[in-house]
Amino acid sequence: MIKITDLQAKIDDKEILKGLNLEVKPGEIHAIMGPNGAGKSTLASVLAGREDYEITGGSVDFQGTDLLDMNTEERAREGLFLAFQYPVEIPGVSNINFLRTAINEIREHKKKDPISAKDFMAMVREKSALVELDSKLASRSVNEGFSGGEKKRNEIFQMAMLEPKLAILDETDSGLDIDALRIVANGVNTLKSDKNATIVITHYQRLLDYIVPDFVHVLYDGKIVKTGGKELALELEEKGYDWIKEELAN
Amino acid sequence: MAVIEQKKTGLNSSTIWNQLSETELRIDSQDKEMALRVLNNTPMPTTRTEAWKYTRVSKLGKIEFSNQGAQLTSIDKYIIDESGTRLVFINGHLSEEFSSEEFQDELNITLLSQGEELAPSILNLDDEIFHSLNTAFLTDGVQIEIADNANVERTIQIIHILKGESVISNFKTIIKAGKSSQANIIQGFFAEGEGKSNFCNSTSEIFVGENAALTVDKVQYENESTFHISTEQVQQEKNSVFTINTSTLNGGLVRNNINIDVNGENCVSHMNGVYLLKNKQHVDNHTVMNHKVAHCDSHELYKGVIDDKATAVFNGKVYVRPDAQKINAFQSNGNVLLSDDASVYSKPELEIYADDVKCSHGSTTGQLDEEAIFYLQARGLSKKSAHKLMVSAFIGEALDMTKNENARAFIDNLLLERFGWDF
Ligand SMILES: Nc1ncnc2c1ncn2[C@@H]1O[C@H](COP(=O)(O)OP(=O)(O)O)[C@@H](O)[C@H]1O
Ligand SMILES: [Mg+2]
Repeated sequence: MIKITDLQAKIDDKEILKGLNLEVKPGEIHAIMGPNGAGKSTLASVLAGREDYEITGGSVDFQGTDLLDMNTEERAREGLFLAFQYPVEIPGVSNINFLRTAINEIREHKKKDPISAKDFMAMVREKSALVELDSKLASRSVNEGFSGGEKKRNEIFQMAMLEPKLAILDETDSGLDIDALRIVANGVNTLKSDKNATIVITHYQRLLDYIVPDFVHVLYDGKIVKTGGKELALELEEKGYDWIKEELAN
Repeated sequence: MAVIEQKKTGLNSSTIWNQLSETELRIDSQDKEMALRVLNNTPMPTTRTEAWKYTRVSKLGKIEFSNQGAQLTSIDKYIIDESGTRLVFINGHLSEEFSSEEFQDELNITLLSQGEELAPSILNLDDEIFHSLNTAFLTDGVQIEIADNANVERTIQIIHILKGESVISNFKTIIKAGKSSQANIIQGFFAEGEGKSNFCNSTSEIFVGENAALTVDKVQYENESTFHISTEQVQQEKNSVFTINTSTLNGGLVRNNINIDVNGENCVSHMNGVYLLKNKQHVDNHTVMNHKVAHCDSHELYKGVIDDKATAVFNGKVYVRPDAQKINAFQSNGNVLLSDDASVYSKPELEIYADDVKCSHGSTTGQLDEEAIFYLQARGLSKKSAHKLMVSAFIGEALDMTKNENARAFIDNLLLERFGWDF
């Protein structure tokens, strides 16, 4: 699905990703954990194509094509989805209208006809029910006046609508209460198949009780420094990151 | 041609009226005398003239304009409201062929060139070159009198088309809305084809009678080499509602002056504007909201989107005179710049001489939110679609002020044609 090799990126002359390697195959769920400032959101942004970052080395292969050569919307149209750590409020732009435009531009890219109004609305009903997002919220301005939890559920709602190949969830669990967490996890699990993959960036092990990862990676100082199974998450929760730092120092 | 003789010794050395003859219309003789005097003795405004600080008209002063009529084979694309009646003027001359033959009984419509001598104008001529030019060289004009209690069902459109090169139209519209009358008048301004350096110099005198409700929708879609200067001088009597929506969608150099005097209590005034500029367009909206008496509301909303090397100017004055207590006066101007070379000069000016009033004004200029654009692109939207959504979110509220659905559809269509934006 995606193969990241020796990825290096900087912003304002500050090196953030320092040779990162990661491979995700279809059907897999990968969790990326790591202390604040390690570069997790930077990785997500670089993969989504944010232009503020300068790629100084490495490569990313996404389904056989050079991801770094595509602009943001092409990546999205090829099936990459980023659930933002901080979803943006866009006053005056209706959630539904923009999603419809997005879906149709993606369909156009795939040389398919636009979705009919009826099918679209049916899809909105189905997917908003999946993440228990009030249908009134679904049609309001993008994230405007949404609570923290509503914003995160709206991200998963959009993911459900766009049916991506690779979804990257950047701290979608932060600030969620247990109910909301369960709803979000349920959304992700329902959408999971052997054809798509998910990268879950998180701080807390608790999300991984609901979304069970195949691999857990530790991102530290711009690199993946340790990889294990889901038990690694428990170990990190228990012992923090210091032992990893020590291991690295030795 | 007394003017031209005098001009050589006068302070105004512009060539604007070198080729023009004084108006043959029967305008008030003192107005005419005054206008000629002003023209001869007032130099063209420069950027040192406060009212023209950001709008250069020197180019205009170097053109010799003429004022012949012209023929068109069709005006279909200039019809703003299909269901309305219309008066069509080409270079300021009536086109009978394209104008409606019949109007509602309660309307009294007269061509100024065919009517009685005009009453003294309510326009200020002193120091006002363009008002004076309009007065002394008036091409023609129309007076629309709406009878008391009339409910004018069909929109009245006044469609102005400039055709040719270096043609000037000095036009005057007089609207008298009778007591308790109700009407929607549309003024459309267009330029045929690529016609170069044409100049529409228009004035309107608008009287809104007691308890009347009058809406004027002004749609400007001339071409990028056209000059347009217009003034709406409005008098509102008690209990009346006056609304003017100005949509400036094309034009080279555009200056709109709207001056509203509120003479009677319990009036409501709405001034709304949208302007969308690209290339080297220059659009300047100067408004004056003059609250002379108590218990009135005014709402002003102007929004603009400026791209390329274009420049927008907004100057909104609100006066609340000493006796005008219990006034609510709101003004807001918002601008979005789509390019680093685009400019905005926005200046709200409030002068409040009464103490029991509620006034607010706000002026903002910014770029589209880059974070929001990235978010939309990350969902698969092209940059262009993302911009379009953001622009429409920004300007929608001001566009929505045009309530006439046909006019609104016409405007939407022009936005699509000129900017590729479908809202
Ligand atoms: N726009 C930016 N400008 C400068 N430094 C940044 C910017 N964004 C992130 N950084 C820095 O990059 C490092 C990694 O940040 P980030 O990727 O957000 O970490 P994480 O998501 O793992 O907490 C931090 O030291 C942060 O301060
Ligand atoms: Mg982060």
